[in-house]
Amino acid sequence: MQNFPANLARETLLLFRLMMHRALILISTLLCLSGCQRKSQVATATEDGIFIIGNSNEPKGLDSQIVTGVLESNIMRAMFEGLVSFHPSDDAKYVLTGAEALEPDETATVWTAKLRHDAKWSDGTTVTAHDYAFAYERMLSPEFAAKYAEMLYFLKGADRFNKGETKDFSEVGVEVVDDFTLKLTLRGPTPYFPQILKHYTWNPVPRHVVLKHGTMTQKGNAWSKLGNIVSNGPYQLKSWRRTDHLEVERNPYYWNAENVTLNGIRYLPINNSYTEARMFRDGQLHMTYTAPPEIVDLMKKEHPEVLRQEPYVGTLFFRCNTTRKPLDDVRVRRALNLAFDQQEICDKILRGYKPAFGMTPPMAGYTTPHAVRNDPEEARRLLTAAGFPPNSEGVRPDFPRLKILLASRETAATVAQAIQAMWRKELGIEVEIENKEWTAYLAAMQDGEYDLASSGWIGDYLDPLTFLEMWTKGNGNNLTGWSNEKYEDLLKQSHQEADPTKRYQLLQEAETILTTESPNLLLAWYARNYLLDPAVEGWHPLLLDNHPYEVLRLRTK
Amino acid sequence: MVRIILSRLLQGLVTLFVLVTITFFLVRMMPGSPYTDEKALPAHILQQLETQMGLNKPLPIQYGIYFKNLIFDQELGPLIKRDGVYVGEIISESFPVSALLGVLSIGIALIIGIPAGIIAAVKKNGPLDYASLAFAMVGICLPSFVIGPLLAVTAGLGLKWLNVAGWNSPADWIMPALTLGMVNAAYLARLTRGGMLDVLNQDYIRTAKAKGVPSWRIITKHALRGGLIPAVAYVGPAFAGMISGSFVIETIFQVPGMGQHFINATTDREYFLIQGLVLFYGFLIVGANLLSDLAQIALNPRLRAAA
Repeated sequence: MQNFPANLARETLLLFRLMMHRALILISTLLCLSGCQRKSQVATATEDGIFIIGNSNEPKGLDSQIVTGVLESNIMRAMFEGLVSFHPSDDAKYVLTGAEALEPDETATVWTAKLRHDAKWSDGTTVTAHDYAFAYERMLSPEFAAKYAEMLYFLKGADRFNKGETKDFSEVGVEVVDDFTLKLTLRGPTPYFPQILKHYTWNPVPRHVVLKHGTMTQKGNAWSKLGNIVSNGPYQLKSWRRTDHLEVERNPYYWNAENVTLNGIRYLPINNSYTEARMFRDGQLHMTYTAPPEIVDLMKKEHPEVLRQEPYVGTLFFRCNTTRKPLDDVRVRRALNLAFDQQEICDKILRGYKPAFGMTPPMAGYTTPHAVRNDPEEARRLLTAAGFPPNSEGVRPDFPRLKILLASRETAATVAQAIQAMWRKELGIEVEIENKEWTAYLAAMQDGEYDLASSGWIGDYLDPLTFLEMWTKGNGNNLTGWSNEKYEDLLKQSHQEADPTKRYQLLQEAETILTTESPNLLLAWYARNYLLDPAVEGWHPLLLDNHPYEVLRLRTK
Repeated sequence: MVRIILSRLLQGLVTLFVLVTITFFLVRMMPGSPYTDEKALPAHILQQLETQMGLNKPLPIQYGIYFKNLIFDQELGPLIKRDGVYVGEIISESFPVSALLGVLSIGIALIIGIPAGIIAAVKKNGPLDYASLAFAMVGICLPSFVIGPLLAVTAGLGLKWLNVAGWNSPADWIMPALTLGMVNAAYLARLTRGGMLDVLNQDYIRTAKAKGVPSWRIITKHALRGGLIPAVAYVGPAFAGMISGSFVIETIFQVPGMGQHFINATTDREYFLIQGLVLFYGFLIVGANLLSDLAQIALNPRLRAAA
């Protein structure tokens, strides 16, 4: 029995080998299952005319009047269309889709839309003006509590109806003249109204289907579920498996079906950007939702032809809590803004972003007033003037330790660390970084529990107003405690100005007030970094990133 | 035996009640609410939404309503941010995926871990022992978010054997199951080695050797039974953990399982979803512990006598 352990080991080894052998057979069978069909998913999809894209996360729903996110809007754009739609290559333009004609009166306050007679829902029912009016009434009904109802406040009386101050929808500027004529009366002259109309909150909903599955304002109405939903855009819902994929296919009743080139779109809810990049490189995706900085660098070296870096209408900034000392002093805020080097942050951390010299990123013929530059000398002077002189070592001992509030998403923490170092070097002040989980960060910011808060804003539509209106008093997104009467006055005047040039002048004047008062420290204008398969044709850079899918082509090799 | 099962079930019920109660109040103590969004909601809309969900009622009343729905209607509640979706749907859609992945992983863990542990114990202080110990150490130390991407880059991008991510064919099961299985295989190997060493030093094994019992019989009939007890105690709860999904594995390999909902529900403040998932997970743990207790009783005659 001396060799007992050896025997035992040999037998266990044999047992182990047998198990491994079986496991190997199983694995190789499975491998073959995939290996035999090992043509990349993208190659197959390209032949089938299916565009596969990363869409970051699971959509919260398909009811265009309930959802609010960018990723949902990517699906909305394929399935639904409003009076006008996005132009494939020019943000400033629009394409008439649901409407054949859209005419303003001479003050651009009353807009009359002639609907197309051949527009149909995907069950064959005609889209009428009643569907639009129904949608707007639903969206604005207080009991429906649509989160994005404010997008419709351009309509006369919409805010009063939405806030329950009147129960009579006929007081809202929506009039169905006949089945194919819709008259919209706005709160004031709005020459840029077609830009607003592109947003999915202005799409119609199928009245007959909504009412079939419940009441107009009922929450949890099952009309937008798989099997029930009908849509009026180029595509209709084909399949949807939560956290796996959502796919749309051609809508056979679409009025312009013959000019739709793509057969379908498959949206994958991939929220890990590194997984997404691996899937792209593995031939599982035509396009990624984003590309993290490391992937940008890698792709620049290895496959520059797939890397896209394009401007996007968004601004990155730090909110200042102007109710706290010393941030209530405009000199301190200015000093903080002038003391960091935006260019270096854009080049070394943000990849593709541009230094923001104003709140409104360049768009639609608007010239943003030049307010911020890198000027440490002036910053030091301002800070000394505000009562924080430096000592002999250049440190300002009286300056309180402010905190930068942020949520550790993407590059926010790295940017804050860079600024922390720049302020230490240029101004001789110390700040702390307070990193919170996303919702806790939002809650702290919205409760005013912060000194400086790392923030961003993405435009809803292509007009400076989407970046300027948030800084008015009491606006839920201001959160800085800052307000200025002259600023609000100028914005109000702009609401009444029908001449686009004069309107822009008013907005520029307002923006100058905002940026010299600096309730926010401007950092950078957004860029979108993502990967796109060169087989995709007809994809042009767009500021709002709202691409119509139906005109894309997939080139087969 | 019946008494043991009954008492464990009763204990389980109390555990679940306490668990749900603590979770209910903890999630509501988190800063922010389900309606905290990057774009702040207008007050009148926020108020309307909270009224619809019953979130503006006093906490004790919300708690009462929750239990009433849970007990009388077996209803776990709606999702707050997804109109018309219920917690039950989320669990019933994602659990089968996680359960499949969990079963595969535990299979891999058992196939690798237990033989490795036995070999290590039998070849104590030999090269095979060191090799399997080293393997176990690596498995324990390397987190799955390192093993996962490494596997994906080598077997997926490099060798082109498998898709780097996705859940469309049985081949897609391999990498996530292997990643999840590895860590547990490592633990199992160490536990089995320890358990086996204990048993192999016992008098009755020496007696068996002295009586000339063949070594394969000693290991299968006499040693393995006692040697596996620590591993079995570990497998129960580990199994419950594995079949309820892993956030890390799911995001690395794009698996539509249940683990991601634990994390996303928390950041989204989806109160009912968090409560539902915790309850479901608690249920699995209680069940798995009961099974693992029963298995231990079957393996250990002393426990059987006590029962």
